[in-house]
Amino acid sequence: MHEIFNIFIKSIFVDNMIFAYFLGMCSYLAVSKTVDTSVGLGAAVIFVLGITVPINYLLNEYILKPGAMVWLDAQFASVDLSFLSFIIFIAVIAAMVQLVEMVVEKFSPSLYSSLGIFLPLIAVNCAILGGSLFMQERDYQTLGQATAFGLGSGVGWFLAIVAIAAIREKIRYSNVPPALRGIGITFILTGLMGIAFMSFLGIKL
Amino acid sequence: MSTDKKEREPMFSAKNVKLLTSPLNLNNPITVQVLGICSALAVTAKLKPAIVMTLSVMIVTGVSNFVVSLLRNGIPPRIRIIVQLVVVATLVILVDQLLKAFLFDVSKQLSVFVGLIITNCIIMGRLEAFAMSNKPWPAFLDGIGNGLGYGLILITVAFFRELFGSGTLFDIQIVPQSLYNMGYVNNGLMILPPMALITVGVIIWVQRYYNRSLIEK
Repeated sequence: MHEIFNIFIKSIFVDNMIFAYFLGMCSYLAVSKTVDTSVGLGAAVIFVLGITVPINYLLNEYILKPGAMVWLDAQFASVDLSFLSFIIFIAVIAAMVQLVEMVVEKFSPSLYSSLGIFLPLIAVNCAILGGSLFMQERDYQTLGQATAFGLGSGVGWFLAIVAIAAIREKIRYSNVPPALRGIGITFILTGLMGIAFMSFLGIKL
Repeated sequence: MSTDKKEREPMFSAKNVKLLTSPLNLNNPITVQVLGICSALAVTAKLKPAIVMTLSVMIVTGVSNFVVSLLRNGIPPRIRIIVQLVVVATLVILVDQLLKAFLFDVSKQLSVFVGLIITNCIIMGRLEAFAMSNKPWPAFLDGIGNGLGYGLILITVAFFRELFGSGTLFDIQIVPQSLYNMGYVNNGLMILPPMALITVGVIIWVQRYYNRSLIEK
C-alpha cells in the first residue's frame, strides 16, 4: 500500500509527463489557450490513462513478456512476443478511447458535451502511449502499482496543462517581444516551470 | 482514374522540390506547425541519439506517407485513424528492431521514444493533411521534407546542449583542456530536460525575428 502511494506521488511530481519527459506536448501546446478547455482535456487524459495502463499491464504480463504465456502451457516458456507491444498497445488505446467515448455519450451527455471533442484527440496523444511504454520499461510488480502509475501520470499532466493555461490567460496582458509571442513564450515558460518542478526531485514517502 | 490523362510531371519539378524545402524553414514542423515536440526534446542531450532519431522519423514519415497515399482511395473515412496507426506502428516496429540489431547502445538511450514515433504528431498530421489527398510521390517527398525539418531543429538543439552541457560533440572533447584548467566549468543545466524547451523557445524567437510573417498577433 505504501509503495503504491509512493508511485502515485512520484509520477505526479518527480516523473511528471510534461516537465520531465515532454510527453503529450502537442495537445498541451494546442489546447492550453483557456483554463476551461484545458481542464476538460486534462480530465479526459486522467481517465484514459487510468484505464489503458492497467489493461496494457495485464496484456504485457500475460501475453507479451518473454515467457509470459507459460500460464497457457509449459511449452510456451521460450515465446517472446515483446516486439508486438507497440502495435498491441496502440490498438488497445484506440479501441478504449472509442469505447469510452461511446459509454460517456450514452450515460452522461453533459460530460460528453464537455469532454467529447477531446476524446478522439487522445488516441494520438503521446502521453497515453508513453504511459504504457514506461509501465513496460519500469517493470511494475503488481496491477495496483501500474494503476497508481497511470492515474498519477494523468494527474501530473492535468496539473501541468491547467497551470500553463492559467499563465497564458494572464500573459496576454503583458508586453512580450513580438517575435516571441504565442508559441515561443509558451516554450520558455514551460522550461521555467520544469526547472521549478525539479525541486521535487528526490521526494520519497 | 482521371489523373492518368494528365501529362506526367518530372520527378523533381519545382513544385515537388518546394515540398522538400519548405518544411526546413517557413513551414517547419516544430517551430511553425508545432507538431512532434513530444519526442523531439527528450533525445537532444547528445548529438548521436538526435541524429539516429532524425533518421528514424524521416524514414517513417516518408514511407508511411507513401503507403497511406497509395491506400487513400480504399480507406473508409470512419476508420482511417486506425488504418493509419497500423501502418505507422508496423513501420516503427521495423525501425525499432533494426536499431536493436545494429545500434543497440543508442537504442537503449532512446528507450521508449522509438515507440513514441507512432504517436508523433508530425506523422499523423502529415498523413491527415497531405497523404490522404495527394499522389504517392509528392506525399513521399512531403514526408521526407518534414522529417528533415524536424531533424534540423533536433540537431541544432542537440548541438548547443552537448557543446555547452558536456563540452563535447559526438562524445569527442571540443572545449580545450586548457580552458578547464583556467576554471571553465560545463553548464550542467543544459543537460537537464527543461533547457531543451528553452533552447527551442530561443530558436523560435530567432526564426520569427527574421521572418516577420510568422509572428502571431
